[in-house]
Amino acid sequence: MQDIENIVNGQKLFLKPEYQEVLKNKKEFEGNMGSVNPAKAEEISEWTKSWDYREKNLAREAITVNPAKACQPLGAIMAGLGFEDTMPYVHGSHGCVAYFRSYFTRHFKEPTPCVSDSMSESAAVFGGLSNMKDGLRNCNAMYKPKMIAVSTTCMAEVIGDDLNAFVIGAKEDAEGELDNTVITHAHTPSFVGSHITGYDNMMKSILEQLSPERSEKVLNEERINIIPGFEPYLGSLAEIKEIAKLFGDKIVMIGDHEEQWNTGAGEYKLYAGGTTLDNAKTAINAKATISLQKYSTVQTAKTIKVKWKQDYAACNPIGLGGTDEFIMKLSELTGKDVPEELNVQRAQLVDAMQDSYPYMHGKKFAIYGDPDFLLGLVSFIVEMGGIPTHVLCHNAPKKGWEDDMQKIIDKSPWASECQIWPGKDLWHLRSLLFTEPVDFLIGNVYGKELYRDTGIPLIRIGFPIFDRHHLHRYSISGYKGALNLLTWITNAILDQLDEETKEIGKTDFFFDCVR
Amino acid sequence: MVAGTLEELQKEAIEEILKVYPEKARSNREKHLGVDSPEGVKGACDKTKSNKQTVPGVMSQRGCAYAGSKGVVWGPVKDMIHISHGPIGCGQYSRAGRRNYYVGLTGVDTFVTMNFSTDFSEKDIVFGGDKKLKQALEEIDVLFPLNNGISIQSECPIGLIGDDIHAVAKKHKADSSKPTIAVSCEGFRGVSQSLGHHIANDMIRDEVMPDASARKDFESTPYDVAIIGDYNIGGDAWSSRILLEEMGLRVIAQWSGDATYKELAIAPKAKLNLLHCYRSMNYISRHMEQEFGIPWIEYNFFGPSKTTESLRKIAACFDDTIKAKTEAVIEKYTKMTDAVIEKYKPRLEGKKVMLYVGGLRPRHVIGAYEDLGMEIVGTGYEFGHGDDYKRTKEEISKSTLIYDDVNEYELEQFVKILKPDLVASGVKEKYVFQKMGLPFRQMHSWDYSGPYHGYDAFAIFAKDMDLALNSPVWSHTKAPWTKTEIGA
Repeated sequence: MQDIENIVNGQKLFLKPEYQEVLKNKKEFEGNMGSVNPAKAEEISEWTKSWDYREKNLAREAITVNPAKACQPLGAIMAGLGFEDTMPYVHGSHGCVAYFRSYFTRHFKEPTPCVSDSMSESAAVFGGLSNMKDGLRNCNAMYKPKMIAVSTTCMAEVIGDDLNAFVIGAKEDAEGELDNTVITHAHTPSFVGSHITGYDNMMKSILEQLSPERSEKVLNEERINIIPGFEPYLGSLAEIKEIAKLFGDKIVMIGDHEEQWNTGAGEYKLYAGGTTLDNAKTAINAKATISLQKYSTVQTAKTIKVKWKQDYAACNPIGLGGTDEFIMKLSELTGKDVPEELNVQRAQLVDAMQDSYPYMHGKKFAIYGDPDFLLGLVSFIVEMGGIPTHVLCHNAPKKGWEDDMQKIIDKSPWASECQIWPGKDLWHLRSLLFTEPVDFLIGNVYGKELYRDTGIPLIRIGFPIFDRHHLHRYSISGYKGALNLLTWITNAILDQLDEETKEIGKTDFFFDCVR
Repeated sequence: MVAGTLEELQKEAIEEILKVYPEKARSNREKHLGVDSPEGVKGACDKTKSNKQTVPGVMSQRGCAYAGSKGVVWGPVKDMIHISHGPIGCGQYSRAGRRNYYVGLTGVDTFVTMNFSTDFSEKDIVFGGDKKLKQALEEIDVLFPLNNGISIQSECPIGLIGDDIHAVAKKHKADSSKPTIAVSCEGFRGVSQSLGHHIANDMIRDEVMPDASARKDFESTPYDVAIIGDYNIGGDAWSSRILLEEMGLRVIAQWSGDATYKELAIAPKAKLNLLHCYRSMNYISRHMEQEFGIPWIEYNFFGPSKTTESLRKIAACFDDTIKAKTEAVIEKYTKMTDAVIEKYKPRLEGKKVMLYVGGLRPRHVIGAYEDLGMEIVGTGYEFGHGDDYKRTKEEISKSTLIYDDVNEYELEQFVKILKPDLVASGVKEKYVFQKMGLPFRQMHSWDYSGPYHGYDAFAIFAKDMDLALNSPVWSHTKAPWTKTEIGA
């Protein structure tokens, strides 16, 4: 029973003897292997760690177990929220939207605005036009957006709803109510690609649908666009903008969702920050666009290069080399020397790397996440002398990504020990961690179960992270972002070292106060 | 504040909020909003429209049929593998978020927090996914040999592309001799997660209830009961089970938090079914009554008043030995819960609460708040039906705002007008109200605390509500140099 002076929740309540008794007695009715034959469960548990299991696991074709990717509309919502006063609108069932909002909210600890038009059986039969007609009007009346960014769920895609025609139809029927609201739309089928594909499709659609014809383009020699991609680190967006500002005030972030998920206490604001629609409309006039996530903007890049005939570059300012390239690109495009402040920041980062290098050096890492995130993180690990033993990308693009990754790994003296795993999931990774173990695991919250099963410490960097707070507020981009990565990884290694040496009178001779 | 003015304020709030809508949406939404009080008849609890299509274009908090089946009913069954059949997203968004506690070797003999998906590609949509599903079932049996069955949880496309998952399941069941259950719980079916509960219940009825193999050698006692509709969120069913066992009853099955397939199959051996979440499992309770003659009663284990009332109600179905033991149990725990009330009531008394949740909680938790001297000024259901609202009438004790499928705009406005001290709802709403400087508790996941069912759990509930309401963090919002009121 609860001790009134020390009320405990489930963590400790169920450890009390009376509850342990309850749990033990329950087994009588269960009939699952652990309760009827713990030895058999243990035997299978051991077998899942074997090479035999690994081979069977890697041969899997039809079932995905513990994925490290999500579906298109999620990315489309992030893209939409990068623009001022924009309400993401999902054409489909509202269940999807409940999921998207929960998912982002659990990660950012912030509200996530997004509506749906609640399609149901009747829409499945007759199409979702009437849902869209009502939905756009209601959304507009209640949430007063400047722009509504319409994406689709797989349901709407399977029944073949034509967004363009529907939006036109809805506007015509709205008795003028939608005349002053910009409505952009993108098809985002969940059965194609992943959340980064959805980001790409929505970004491309917003830019195409907002910008004028190329014949009306008025070149602005000073203007440069930066598209961040599916970036869960809000601090990264802030740092990129800071860096850009050092090169001039005509560098504009397109799709800036930083403030939306970072509003202060005091009042609830439905919309916050975002790229202004004016800046979005004039993106075509820029001299060049830099994408910070090449593989989250594949289709968007085509629009910029082919339709707009604009200079396009992909940079990945994660880690030292990636940031150097980004800075040099800005310097080249603006014709300005690298500002002294960045020289200072770079020197400070390199200094810190030289202070801490012994701890990452020669350590083996397994890392998983989105394609561009991995290109950046792996280059940083290599820069520090770490070994990226397993690089797993569930949503790896078919073209180019593996070659890009191999080039980065080839810079490591341990390149031959490293393996790239495109299209594999976290249950595959579980096998790999047992058969070819590493020292540390880097990834999102779902790595937690891998940590539990293998004992390999998880360093939480990625998306989503539901079980640690505020990491998304930091930057992982630029020199200061690299310093954060260095701090997190080095200190995780030192925490583990303390953990391994803390036993008094046995191992604690190495439990040093100075490291 | 006298009741009359509260009622007036509540009615004004509704009128004010409806103004934002275009005509068609307004005439829809006004049928879902109302005010009711314990006295009289034909208040909002009788009249509120519910279980209807959500108005398009709003931020509804509702989920879908797949969420009701995979997320609520089937997902917690721990020794089965539940495949999210279709594109990758649904399984990922619903992975391990609901806190359905269980004991087992995850990935070996239990699988609740994992995500199994057939990860549809365009090819599967065009050519159908039955072949892939068949192969997926076979691969699962190779890699997870200790699974005690597989359920196939359909995502939206399945019902639209003409796949026959029921035939695939039937074939696999014959080949593997393990339960293989296809559930047509596509997200577009119905208006909320509610239909998903019903569809999931129907599949238990059709596929599990007829399986008498587990019941064959079962040795019954006169005191066998089953807990129905407790998803063991944060361990709720465990802190309920202990009380029933102390009363002298034998809990033979726990549906479906921490449940095994066997527990589903042996439930018809119970003498009495104890139904907590009426909304999500009344269907199967009625079926067991009709098919196996098992009576069922509803109970409420939130807060000591309701728990005590429920224990006596349950005991009344049994003999005097049980009744006597029950009184002993009540006496034993009441000392502790009285001390909890003594400790926390002075810190919480008179605080006003607005609730917006699903299932049983919009009415069931009212008593727990009232045990602490707190008052409910508004409540509503995400996916309730008329029978839920009727049952709510019995629980309210003053003029109460009733809102069905309330959307984010409406709830925000209601809160601004009624100014409760605490909002208790879900994660999507949480940060909206916290930004307004309002204490908030998630009442789906117990805000990562709990359990909240039973006597021991009430101590946790009281401590958590005190923590939320009396934390110093709410007093920091206004900077010392600011003159204007916050949240005005």
